[in-house]
Amino acid sequence: MSMQITMTQAINRAIDEAMAEDEGVILLGEDVAAKQGGGVFKISSGLTEKYGENRIRATPISEQAIVGACVGAALAGFRPIAEIMLMNFVTVAMDQIVNHAAKLRFMSGGQTNVPLVIRTTTGVGVGFGGQHSDMLEAWFAHVAGLKVVTPSNAADAQGLMRAAIACNDPVIFIENILCYGLKSDDPGPGHIVPLGKAAIAREGSDCTIVTYGRTVLDALEIAGKLAEEGISVEVIDLRTIAPYDEATVTASVEKTGRAIVLHEAVKQYGTGAEIASRLNEMLFGKLKAPVTRIGGAFSAVPMANALEQAWIPNKDAIADAVRTAVNWKG
Amino acid sequence: MTDMTIDRDKLRDIYTRTMRVARADEKFRSLLMTGKLAVIYYTVRGQELVSAAAMAALNQDDYLVTTYRGQHDQIAKGVPLNPLFAEIAGKVGGTCRGKGGSMHITHPETGVMVTTGVVGSGLPIANGLALASQNRGDGKVTMVCFGDGATNIGAFHEAMNMAQLWKLPVIFLCQNNRYGEHTAFADHTKVDSIVTRARAYGMDGVKVDGNDAIAMYNTTRAAVDRARAGEGPTLIEAMCYRMMGHFFGADFSYMPPEHLAEMAAEDPLPRLRQLMLDHQFTEADLDAIVADLDAQMDAAAEFAANSPLPGPEEIRKDVFEEEIAA
Repeated sequence: MSMQITMTQAINRAIDEAMAEDEGVILLGEDVAAKQGGGVFKISSGLTEKYGENRIRATPISEQAIVGACVGAALAGFRPIAEIMLMNFVTVAMDQIVNHAAKLRFMSGGQTNVPLVIRTTTGVGVGFGGQHSDMLEAWFAHVAGLKVVTPSNAADAQGLMRAAIACNDPVIFIENILCYGLKSDDPGPGHIVPLGKAAIAREGSDCTIVTYGRTVLDALEIAGKLAEEGISVEVIDLRTIAPYDEATVTASVEKTGRAIVLHEAVKQYGTGAEIASRLNEMLFGKLKAPVTRIGGAFSAVPMANALEQAWIPNKDAIADAVRTAVNWKG
Repeated sequence: MTDMTIDRDKLRDIYTRTMRVARADEKFRSLLMTGKLAVIYYTVRGQELVSAAAMAALNQDDYLVTTYRGQHDQIAKGVPLNPLFAEIAGKVGGTCRGKGGSMHITHPETGVMVTTGVVGSGLPIANGLALASQNRGDGKVTMVCFGDGATNIGAFHEAMNMAQLWKLPVIFLCQNNRYGEHTAFADHTKVDSIVTRARAYGMDGVKVDGNDAIAMYNTTRAAVDRARAGEGPTLIEAMCYRMMGHFFGADFSYMPPEHLAEMAAEDPLPRLRQLMLDHQFTEADLDAIVADLDAQMDAAAEFAANSPLPGPEEIRKDVFEEEIAA
């Protein structure tokens, strides 16, 4: 049996490898240094001991200053990583991200660039409530100049983090709290997953589910169940949400003729709307059923587990959507 | 006590930088007035000397972060006039190929890393540039310029605290021009001086008459020396006046006549000229400097006028490192 690695270990290893290779790789964030325990989710565990407090900098609770400092260091040629403890707190630093990190390359006519990774975590299902659970990827996908990445498994987390740190543009790297303990076969050192390349997580011929992050697991589970009913589902894990791998997605849906875009974020105005719209533009006339979207409910994420479970995309609803598409009579 | 002596060559340098700023500002306003330029422009009239004296205390490779009212800082730091004029005019020959404009002038060769159009946002970024220098040990300092209005936004406070916490080699230069947009200082801030806020972060702060060339230069020089020596940041509050409206052409009837009179009496340009004469420069010396600068301004305006307009393909470039699809 091969060795296994958790997503937490995978992200830690990717950062460790990048820091060993390049002194310009630094990590700034609340509680990230050894003195504070290596971060709330222990992602930077052991790194202060290796690289020192000048490179693993525990910050005050000052998200604008954290991201701003990383923007400045990136302009000077560093490859900083900002850890923003939870995705909702990223909203405090939106000016630095949207007006500066995303736009400085363009506004300077290419004279400067911002090779910055903003790591952040979120997730529905742990009872953190309305201000600690949101998936806000659509906010960033809408801004020209930002790349948005999220892994669904440990091996991808390692490879995507290496690619994100190596990227010469700003990357929003979204981790899901519920995925930190997921194990993959150890991909070994130096593993890189290029940005902008989706994975076909399961091959199928009747319907494509396009998704990313934690809901890839739901999609794979549903695909397994539907196979017993004779429905063959292809699951695409985008890995990079923006700019997404349009070639892979379009080719898959052209093959199956049916698509469901699934994400944990609120459905309305989400990334699913963009992908569904593009599929319609590219494949009108070839689709055997309307492209549908499944996402979180249009409310704040509730705390009570019963409500939280009612809020997130429901596996039965996903399966029903696939059946409806496959049985569509037009 | 501020050292009140200065080297004659340094004084000439400050005068030249001041007049380069002043003649450029005059040229921009004349181009706008005559309809040869039709762009948003934030005049720097009244603040020429502050940045000239401050930038004279920096090296060319020190970093600068400034704001949309920043042409004085950029010119004093050394951004060449031809691409600067072309950028303000939105031409391909501009520093940023016409994609930034006066609010986003960038010129890394002279250390001008960011010009931001968002009040206060430059301060956290300056910390990051300084952090890179601190980790590298490259001896560079970073200066960030902003107005009194920027000291009431959260980014100022977050950045001041972080800079002092990490003893970053950064100089926070607040050009207190007495107005935040259309609101007078006393109507937006309850404390008498911005510099008192330095103490809240355990930082050294110094208030200086920004229209006094020698005091402004020596104050900046002391802060730069401290930063280079690893002794941490300084907040400098340089008192000056914004002698015109918020942007060129804007109504400034809200500025009381007695205040305008006070400003006119403190105008840095005649005051600096008198200082030069007091230091045995002659009228002819000074006139020759200005005549040479005016020739440079005419050449820069012509360069900008003749530079082509950017083509639509520029929209797809510099969004990411790789050009995006049409």
